[in-house]
Amino acid sequence: MRRTIFAGLIGLVFGTGIAISGMANPAKVLNFFDLAGDWDPSLAFVMGSALLVAAVGYFFVLKRDRPILEPRFHLPTNRKLDASLLAGSALFGIGWGIAGFCPGGAIPALGLGESAAWIFVAAMLVGIAAAKTARDALRPRVAKTA
Amino acid sequence: MTEFTPLVSLLGGALIGLASVLLMAFHGRIAGMTGILTGLLPPIAPDWAWRAAFLGGAIIAPALMVLLTGYDVGFASPVPTPWVIIGGLIVGVGVFFGSGCTSGHGVCGMARLSPRSIAATAVFMGASFVTVYVVRHVLGGF
Repeated sequence: MRRTIFAGLIGLVFGTGIAISGMANPAKVLNFFDLAGDWDPSLAFVMGSALLVAAVGYFFVLKRDRPILEPRFHLPTNRKLDASLLAGSALFGIGWGIAGFCPGGAIPALGLGESAAWIFVAAMLVGIAAAKTARDALRPRVAKTA
Repeated sequence: MTEFTPLVSLLGGALIGLASVLLMAFHGRIAGMTGILTGLLPPIAPDWAWRAAFLGGAIIAPALMVLLTGYDVGFASPVPTPWVIIGGLIVGVGVFFGSGCTSGHGVCGMARLSPRSIAATAVFMGASFVTVYVVRHVLGGF
């Protein structure tokens, strides 16, 4: 229960940050990427300060033996650059450049009641679910041929 | 045209970073929207409760802020609806196979100096710059 409540509170902090920063505003996001047009550098400040706070905070947090509410840290251990990572990221960038929403920006935008955000998130969930199904369907075959 | 907002963007970014640090400190988890969402789609992860709570908090936060402070969050989508859908589908497939998005790779992973996250962030940011250039200045679109 405590874990759930704290996750909700941390979600509030995240959503407030996204809303204030402009990441939930497609017009602002697209203008950040539009170097040849009406360039709005704001998002570089968002990424910069988020990264700085996260790096300093992680430095201290990850010195602990375990998180406060869980027995262990869940950290990705894969360090390989593979085709899935690079091709997936390239696709994500193309979609982000088309719609102006990234997942972390679109989810809090739902709370603004904007229809574009709801349409984007619905399409994105279909995309994630389709990709998840495709990978799970392919996996046994890959294992058999390997 | 959108207004350059260095101060609120710095503050907003700091809150995003703070949320990442808190989720690691309390739950030992990466505050990546892709990973959190993926666990809520079938087959649903056994630890769905914290994911749903984080998501719920993130969704009501902007509404709460507007309600309590009257702060104008500012929202405009210049993109025609069919392209919002196409963009959404592409983002969904991309973040799944890329194992993360701006929050997971761009903030949390980069903060841990993960080579995968640094590569992913360089690739998706680069692809976004190129895409917007092509859409706006080559195709003359939105």
